[in-house]
Amino acid sequence: MSWEHVPGYVSEKEAHGEQTVVVEPERLVEAALHLRDEEGFSFLSDITPTDYLGWGQKGVAGYIGTTTGRDLNRPASQGLQVMPELKPKRFSMSYHLLALRPGAPRLRLQVWVDDGEPVPSVVEVWPTADWHEREAWDLMGIRIEGHPNLTRILMDDDWEGHPLRKDYPIGGEPVRFSGEE
Amino acid sequence: MAVAERRPTAIYEGTRIPSPIPTVLRVPDELREAGDILQVNFGPNHPSTHGVLRLIVDLNGEEVVGLEAVIGYLHTGFEKNMEQKTWWKAITYPERIDYVAFQNNEYVFVAAIEKLLGLEIPPKAVWMRTLLNELNRLHSHLVWLGTSGLELGAISMFWYCFRERDQILDLFELVTGYRMHTRYFQAGGLAEDIPRGFYPECRKFVEWMPKAIDDYDNLLARNGIWLERTKGIGLLSAEDAIALGQSGPVLRASGVDWDLRRDQPYLAYDQVDFDVPVYTNGDVYDRYKVHVDEMRQSVRIVEQCLDVLEGMEGEPWIVDDRKIVLPPRDELHTSMESLIHHFKIVTEGYRVPEGEVYVAIEAPRGEMGCYVVSDGGPKPWRVKFRGTSFVALEATATCTSNALVADLIAIVGSLDTVMGEVDR
Repeated sequence: MSWEHVPGYVSEKEAHGEQTVVVEPERLVEAALHLRDEEGFSFLSDITPTDYLGWGQKGVAGYIGTTTGRDLNRPASQGLQVMPELKPKRFSMSYHLLALRPGAPRLRLQVWVDDGEPVPSVVEVWPTADWHEREAWDLMGIRIEGHPNLTRILMDDDWEGHPLRKDYPIGGEPVRFSGEE
Repeated sequence: MAVAERRPTAIYEGTRIPSPIPTVLRVPDELREAGDILQVNFGPNHPSTHGVLRLIVDLNGEEVVGLEAVIGYLHTGFEKNMEQKTWWKAITYPERIDYVAFQNNEYVFVAAIEKLLGLEIPPKAVWMRTLLNELNRLHSHLVWLGTSGLELGAISMFWYCFRERDQILDLFELVTGYRMHTRYFQAGGLAEDIPRGFYPECRKFVEWMPKAIDDYDNLLARNGIWLERTKGIGLLSAEDAIALGQSGPVLRASGVDWDLRRDQPYLAYDQVDFDVPVYTNGDVYDRYKVHVDEMRQSVRIVEQCLDVLEGMEGEPWIVDDRKIVLPPRDELHTSMESLIHHFKIVTEGYRVPEGEVYVAIEAPRGEMGCYVVSDGGPKPWRVKFRGTSFVALEATATCTSNALVADLIAIVGSLDTVMGEVDR
């Protein structure tokens, strides 16, 4: 099935029996409404942001165990056998959709953004997106535009940084004690 | 069993999802100005919140007029941790995310690895996974029924349910050596063969369990207090349930006939016979009925799995692929190749081809999803779990509109949340 009629269509892919449609971030809400109302994807399963910083490069930030990270050119290191396909931008946001009808068709709606670029909120389309988008902001620092209550959800309100980013350090966070100056 | 039509009569007119924030019930301005609102912190250490959930509740007398759920107290960074572990070491993590449905969670992650690897699993492993997933569903529902009963005053439910829960944990211990967090599923099949003596013990349990479920039903189904406190409480319509992404028993209690085991079959669910219980009132009582009926169906499935498994004596339980599966222990003393394979897998791990997959299963609490990205290396690039409880808690504000403060405990309990999975 072709998804070219989806508003803001950029590309599509089928792999492992799963369909992915990439749309322009600016027209995400339009695409979401189309998929919900015309294609019957009334159920939003999940929203996942992914950070592709350092994808396919050596010395991936945040990897512990090997001081230099992974080295493609060093034999027997934890290197990759082939270079992975390059990604258009740093972050992807994947919206996993499900239609509640026989066959349980699923679709991954995807947008790509760089650091600081906004992604429109889909809370108006699927109310369940509320907490998913707050999580995307909290843990990955995706700027969700038009969300009614974009605050941290899992981390403390005064937490600095977004822990699931690849450049977020592992270990060495300051431990706060009560009564500390 | 009553199976409802796909379109039930409306539980209530229109939508009750609060606006503009779907998960926060706001106190109406005129009430706020009247100045009689009492704000109460419910949790994070309240015994009936099933963990560390904090609800900020605005009360007008006994009536709940405002509600906001605050989560994150149990956040431990599972997803970040899994990015640092090789694929086979990361399998231990998902079990601890939802510590009540550990076997289902383990399966969903292993299934994602297998989907990327394109592995074909031997039938014995498929059937055993089905069996253990259903035992785990029984375990999860028993914990739910026991604790929900306890919260509403039916203390004996807790004792009876935990008696049977212990029998299930004994079975897990017999098969895997551990009572919880078994790590029995490997990418490719099972970690070990099914031990002798499991089938007769499991048969005994399967014969006993239906009687126990009848007992639970007898204790509760005509218990006046239980009925008063659950019927017509915590309403959620089918439309609102779908819009809020609800799944599992909550969705089926709202009259939506949807079960991934039947509608998107995985494992051996297309070869076993079972019914999907659906109720249409969308209240706490119907969620209880769905749970109890599902337990009966799970026993049926376990029985059918046993029938098949008993005829599979001597068959392989894991794929024969030395690049992914650890070689048998005894070969390490005699075969150089096995030793090398063992060393490579333990130190470096196996490489998983580049790609992204989303695998969803019907866990006891509903759709448990696992999104995995691999860059072709030995560690996951990104792992994300769709925590069923995380989504279930989003419905708290909708379910509690016009509720009394005493109903709050029944409502939060009926959504069947495990905070470990909410906060991950």
